[in-house]
Amino acid sequence: MAFLLRRLAGVVPTLFGVVVAAFILTRLLPGDPAVFFANSVTADAVTIAAVRQKLGLDLPLWQQFLVYAGQLLRGDLGQSVGTGQPVATDLLRLLPASAELTLVAFALAILVAVPLGVAAALRPGSVIDHACRLLSTAGVSLPTFVSGLLLIYIFYYQLGTAPEPIGRIDPFAIPPPGITGFLLIDTLLAGDTAGFAAAARQIVLPAVTMALFALAPLARMTRASMLGVLGSEFIRTARANGLRRRKIIVSYALRNALLPIVTTLGMVFSNMLGANVLVERVFAWPGIGSYALDSLISLDYAPVQGFMLLMATIFVLVNLVIDLLYAVIDPRTGLFHA
Amino acid sequence: MREKLALLRYILAGNPVTLLALAMLVLLLGCAILGPALVPYDPIATNTASALQPPSATHWFGTDQLGRDVFSRVVVAARLDLAIAFAAVLLSMALGSVFGAAMGYFRGWLDTAGSRGTDVLMAFPLFVLAMAMVAALGNSVSSVVYATAVINLPFYIRLARAETSIRRDMGYIEAARVGGSGHARILRVFLLPNILPALVVQASVNLGWAVLNTAGLSFIGLGVRAPTPEWGIMVAEGAQFIVSGRWWIAAFPGAALMLAVFCFNLLGDGLRDIVDPRSRT
Repeated sequence: MAFLLRRLAGVVPTLFGVVVAAFILTRLLPGDPAVFFANSVTADAVTIAAVRQKLGLDLPLWQQFLVYAGQLLRGDLGQSVGTGQPVATDLLRLLPASAELTLVAFALAILVAVPLGVAAALRPGSVIDHACRLLSTAGVSLPTFVSGLLLIYIFYYQLGTAPEPIGRIDPFAIPPPGITGFLLIDTLLAGDTAGFAAAARQIVLPAVTMALFALAPLARMTRASMLGVLGSEFIRTARANGLRRRKIIVSYALRNALLPIVTTLGMVFSNMLGANVLVERVFAWPGIGSYALDSLISLDYAPVQGFMLLMATIFVLVNLVIDLLYAVIDPRTGLFHA
Repeated sequence: MREKLALLRYILAGNPVTLLALAMLVLLLGCAILGPALVPYDPIATNTASALQPPSATHWFGTDQLGRDVFSRVVVAARLDLAIAFAAVLLSMALGSVFGAAMGYFRGWLDTAGSRGTDVLMAFPLFVLAMAMVAALGNSVSSVVYATAVINLPFYIRLARAETSIRRDMGYIEAARVGGSGHARILRVFLLPNILPALVVQASVNLGWAVLNTAGLSFIGLGVRAPTPEWGIMVAEGAQFIVSGRWWIAAFPGAALMLAVFCFNLLGDGLRDIVDPRSRT
């Protein structure tokens, strides 16, 4: 428990740094916000000065920062000019789309990469080992936006099995009542199996695109880590004692190889948050990445800032969870006892 | 000199994959240096009469929506993409190694402040940070270089710091100190050359990321702008034609991108094997 508190306290300076960084970045952004909020480029100097005063832009920088931090504490991320909504509302509305895509892709990547890495480590030099190496090298080298387009070409244009890459649901379909915001879950809760199938068809290609990208480092790390553990003496002893193969591999080897794999998971998740922007762009997926990008291109900076803060916060929390997982996986790290 | 060549040949004979990567690197550098002089067509000259043609003998990679030759554009783009990647990686390696080595050597408040700084940088998904930085610095090629350099900086800082702090108390450093060398001289003459191999391996892998990052940024409309031939922009322009089956506009620049990243990754792996054979996975 003391560890938990200490670890939570350790998050605070990083989050503070993130807020400072986001604040500095937006103050660097080109264009005068006062002119922007005066809603006219030709506004006279008096109007601009008035708006400047109203927005608090005439204050010294540190006071502006305090005001900004105060707004953040109240959950106020500013207004989006593009949608006319508070940024926090927009982000909350769009987050489920991105989260659904990322989590499905993440699950897919783990389900493929870990067994593949284990199989490759069990038979180094075999066909499956080479397949693992090929897949992981290709996955690292292939940019997500290229592999996404490739999948669209093959499965939409050539084979016709995938639906048109235009978002989460068919534009004419009626969305299910939003309970969780995850279409796959909402359709099931509403008992709408056809809707579920349609949503699943839409998510397959973007999720596979993202999973391909996440697969490589995971499979590679699983293989390396498993190889290391399989060569150790307690595995030899377990074998000599005649334990069943499955038991040796799963509960002896994999369990001990898990730590570096979990570390890689955290890294992969962070990369996926970034790759989200590109994948959402390719598949016209209406998530927070698309939202941030549209805002960035139309010089609407509050959403970009909100998006960055949200991403950084998610990432810091994911790292926290991973640190806690360490303690669960390997009690010897002593995190709960020390 | 001859001995070094013999050693190189010996190492490469044991690493056919690294040899392949070197060959690809030569091809890429050849395109980057000689490309504009070699290509059959002007990469930005439009010719609507021959728009959207599939690959053929006259247009090896086909033509795009404005009738520009895709092959010429792909080859010419190598110069810009590689130049951005090399500039960014050199910049972040130079800054990161000096800063990281100083942190590892002097420790104290410098180390604490620097480590906190890198923690904050690493707390952002790197591509998102690059996006915001390019927007903040202005939509230009130099902003892409700076943004790419900054997002790679933490890796060099951490590496240089770790490598320096395991060496700072070793005998030969102490000997240098006793011999009257100042801090600057110890860092420059005794520490940096020793941590350089690890940094070079990191640089090779980072070159691949830098190429991906540059192309990703221009794919979403940041940094390099049309009609400049650049792989990311070309993929973005070709994206709208994919759904109607005109694959060649996006596929060839995409393949070039993949080739470049693949090459740098293999090279990085090969270098790592040579520098530190134990870390082979």
